[in-house]
Amino acid sequence: MYVATKGGERAIGAAHAWLAEVRRGNPDLPELTAAQVEAQLGLAVDRVMAEGSCHDRGLAALAVKQARGDLIEAAFLLRAYRTTLPRFGASTPLDTNAMALQRRISATYKDLPGGQVLGPTFDYTHRLLDFCLAAAGGSPGGAPEAEASTAPSPRVTEMLAREGLMQREAPVEAEPGDLTREPLSFPADRPLRLQALARGDEGFLLSLGYSTQRGYGGNHPFVGEIRMGEVAVGFTPPELGFEIDLGDITVTECQMVNQFKGSRTEPPQFTRGYGLVFGHGERKAMSMALVDRALRAEELGEAATAPAQQQEFVLSHCDNVEATGFVEHLKLPHYVDFQSELENVRTMRASVEAGR
Amino acid sequence: MVQTPQMSSPPEVETASRQRWMSILARAAAADIAGRLEALPAPPPHRRLRGPETGLVMVRGRAGGDGAPFNLGEMTVTRCAVRLEDGTVGHGYVAGRDARQAELAALLDALLQDPARRPAIESAVIAPLAAAQAARREAQARRAAATRVEFFTMTQMR
Repeated sequence: MYVATKGGERAIGAAHAWLAEVRRGNPDLPELTAAQVEAQLGLAVDRVMAEGSCHDRGLAALAVKQARGDLIEAAFLLRAYRTTLPRFGASTPLDTNAMALQRRISATYKDLPGGQVLGPTFDYTHRLLDFCLAAAGGSPGGAPEAEASTAPSPRVTEMLAREGLMQREAPVEAEPGDLTREPLSFPADRPLRLQALARGDEGFLLSLGYSTQRGYGGNHPFVGEIRMGEVAVGFTPPELGFEIDLGDITVTECQMVNQFKGSRTEPPQFTRGYGLVFGHGERKAMSMALVDRALRAEELGEAATAPAQQQEFVLSHCDNVEATGFVEHLKLPHYVDFQSELENVRTMRASVEAGR
Repeated sequence: MVQTPQMSSPPEVETASRQRWMSILARAAAADIAGRLEALPAPPPHRRLRGPETGLVMVRGRAGGDGAPFNLGEMTVTRCAVRLEDGTVGHGYVAGRDARQAELAALLDALLQDPARRPAIESAVIAPLAAAQAARREAQARRAAATRVEFFTMTQMR
């Protein structure tokens, strides 16, 4: 066994040296800098921040470079890094109503106060490969500008709530649970569920959200509003005793408006599913909102029959760092386990043959 | 100006003023703060009380945008506390990992608490940084405005 371990170390060293070369790629080409990744692969960086559950564009870009573009590996690297840092405290809850909007669309109202702002979107592009980008060297002309509106952009959900048609959020100010401090236990309340979904895997939540649309726990969703832009992060350092801004971060928010047929205590009205993610992550915010609403089934007295409505199933499996850890651990040595399995199968075969 | 070290309690400064300059410094790059400071006489010596050190702040959101708070995810934050020779303590808390920015923010927070120093720093450092930040926000808003959809009803098609 000792010899095998030493051999393993040498092989691991050689494998990692090769990995570094493969990561670098063709040395005749210029090396990609983390700053370039941050600037030009911004949506990959945003996804790593969201799933790594740590807002720091520079670190996320470094993680993407180090992981050779493997975004789950990059999220894993970011999660590992954050464990080395102390926590100073928690921010004031973000006021997304005060967001400096880069994008704001609604699928429920054409003419909503504040208007529909497309922002830098892939929507309405033709999805044809642009070979100009393969040629490189060009820089796009300046984006057009127009007189900035000073009209407020109130939430669509608030407009509906004022008419009594949208269920209001419970006015709770309780300290939310934190699954990075206390392991998730079930049933998990909505703040805990939202935390788990916000750091959950985009692909997993996308598929679950899609499943609700296809009839597995559907609630007739409409995009009440999607907004993306910068919000100030407020924090009250105990030594100061007053709130200051730490800076601005970009977030994407999605408010899904869903049918609700009413219950004994509540009249028919709309209910909301909510998505909020770091960076520009519209698909993730929408998926999160669909799944958030599906997970409210029990609270709203709906039959929870579909996978997306079962919180233990959703929350235990949405974290891609946990999932990849458990799936990928299967490739680590299981020699002893397997030896005992071998013994078992041989014994069973022998007894079957003896019985013939 | 002459002050006896340790004797003077830190001057009482309006909280709103302090919130304003700390928020502006939190959004300014270290190089920009340092560049603006060069226009002024060299600042007096300061001693680091804590940091600069990088840590995390848990960013919170609200369910449905306006409901119960929940933990969205963490962000990196760098903080620093400094003391001037006259005993004034300044704090810097800035998003990200820039130790120099946090220390400059703390130093300026200490200096700005002195009413005698404030006007010069305000006009040479804080006001120009605030103007640059406002201009950046305005440019962003103008780009967004250009992508505003103007719906029109096609009555003439009937």
